Amino acid sequence: MIDRIRNNQLWQLIRANTLEKIREPGVLFWGIGFPILMSIGLGLAFTRKPESVRHVALISADTGSYSIILKDDKLGNTTFSMERMPWEEAMVQLKRGHVNVAVSIGDSGYRYHFDPMNPDAQLTYVRLSPVLNKIPSTDIIQHPASSIQYPASGIRHPGYEEDLSAVTASEVDVLTVTGTRYIDFLIPGLIAMGVMFSCLWGLGYGIIDTRSKKLLRRMIATPMKRTNYLVAMITVRLIMNVIEAALLVLFAWLAFGITIQGNIPALLVLFLAGNIAFSGIGIFLACHTSKTEIGNAFINVISMPMMILSGIFFSYHNFPDWVIPIIKPLPLTMLADGFRSIFIEGAGFAQTATPSLILTLTGVVFFIVGLKLFKWH
Amino acid sequence: MSPSPVIEVKNVFKSFKTVHAVRGVNLTIYPGQFVALLGPNGAGKTTLVEMIEGIQKPDSGEIRILGKPWKGHEKELRQVIGLSLQETRYIEKLTTFETLRLFGSFFGMGKERVEEVLQLVGLEEKRKAYTVNLSGGQRQRLALGIALINHPRILLLDEPTTGLDPNARREIWEILRSLRASSDTSMILTTHYMEEAEQLCEQIIIIDEGEILKEGTMKDLLGEDSSLKNLDDLFTALTGRRLHD
Repeated sequence: MIDRIRNNQLWQLIRANTLEKIREPGVLFWGIGFPILMSIGLGLAFTRKPESVRHVALISADTGSYSIILKDDKLGNTTFSMERMPWEEAMVQLKRGHVNVAVSIGDSGYRYHFDPMNPDAQLTYVRLSPVLNKIPSTDIIQHPASSIQYPASGIRHPGYEEDLSAVTASEVDVLTVTGTRYIDFLIPGLIAMGVMFSCLWGLGYGIIDTRSKKLLRRMIATPMKRTNYLVAMITVRLIMNVIEAALLVLFAWLAFGITIQGNIPALLVLFLAGNIAFSGIGIFLACHTSKTEIGNAFINVISMPMMILSGIFFSYHNFPDWVIPIIKPLPLTMLADGFRSIFIEGAGFAQTATPSLILTLTGVVFFIVGLKLFKWH
Repeated sequence: MSPSPVIEVKNVFKSFKTVHAVRGVNLTIYPGQFVALLGPNGAGKTTLVEMIEGIQKPDSGEIRILGKPWKGHEKELRQVIGLSLQETRYIEKLTTFETLRLFGSFFGMGKERVEEVLQLVGLEEKRKAYTVNLSGGQRQRLALGIALINHPRILLLDEPTTGLDPNARREIWEILRSLRASSDTSMILTTHYMEEAEQLCEQIIIIDEGEILKEGTMKDLLGEDSSLKNLDDLFTALTGRRLHD
């Protein structure tokens, strides 16, 4: 009995395909290591830092710097490093992103120069201006940087310090509840992205590669069933995707305490639907060409716009309103939004049935069309 | 009563866009016969063999394998044919054994047959080597092993020794000679090496620009004209060109 299974062509195809994948170290890195590294990197970059330093250009003929420190127990201390420099130099530093606000001193006081489209610059302005405006500009003009000692209380030489703890204590409630952090937003998106890339590369590119090696041609010159070949490819892909996603979730739970708030069967159905959608797209993109370069280009053309638009790394609500109806039906958007609703908002089948169904249909349509056009040799 | 032919090709034509690859070819092959299709690159050898293999369809004409056309008999004909294509690359990180095991499974063959084939093509020591690490000669022997795994009645080899050094070439020839001695498998082999045709095949078909120029045994081909020393000379006499340019 066991021998009969082992001699079965579907079993051997699945086995060969699996061995091919797991013996390639790159596959393990891109499938498992890369999403985890990405979540570490982005998770750390966007997690609240207890101390932050904001560099501000202070337009002045001489150079030197001093700091204005906002002490805050809840929001973390912010140090404004006021760096004196001429206007031209300030523009260079702005372009480089070293500073995002330049302050000049006019007759009527301070003038703040920054790009209002840059939210980070706005934040610098909003937090700095109330403090800086209390310091008479004449003080700053007349005294060299190192000698500014203002006001008399709370002096930290050279510079100025103000404690906002009392203010924030009375009006700010810090939310660190799981589900509201950037990493909570990111992880479901990364899982969706992993499914997409895995299917497009693992399945689509894999088929094109087999065709380009003339191996596909060689295999169909045997009594191998064509459906078995595709079933094996898809099965192996699905198993790998489950492992990759499970490891990422496990890591997210251990490192960031992320848990799945919603319905787990609904999550599994949506995951399967996402795999069907992108497997179908993968088969479709691989249906004709035998050139791996073309496959490469197809995959980039399909995946790059969705990577940017579908809200993997930041919310697509940053795009203008008229684009949103175009973004929402994209398969990656549907998958990422669905995962997020289950992970963060505690959604169940009621919320994810529609996207699951649409994703499945998308995959089936692409699969059928791809199979019709499929070039076996 | 002569046995019925295993391969019949009748007046077959095939073109690609502007190229007339095969133009009115006829041939008949009987059980146990080893036939060489000898011709330069681009002569139409590969197209002809691939039509016999059922990978390509002729524009017109008829091809029958064991008396049956490809259409409607694909499944049973695939069972009895063994073949090697030009320049096939196998799954890189799969071992020789695993690759044979995979192809064996397509024919319902088990481990025992894989062991036999490994011995037959002399790759027992390379059973655990990834195909990507095999030498050119070893890779061709693997391709031959895959072609032989199903005890084929018909063996179709497209340029089995192209690019190999003389030693590696002789190893392949040895395997094919012992196959001829031990079975009634029929073989068509394409080549542009006249020694290969001479060494292995009793029947030689000289093909150029999609047409058969001449066919027969070595004796038939060279016998009439004493100025011809070998097949290369014959090809030059027929076309004014040399076999490999």
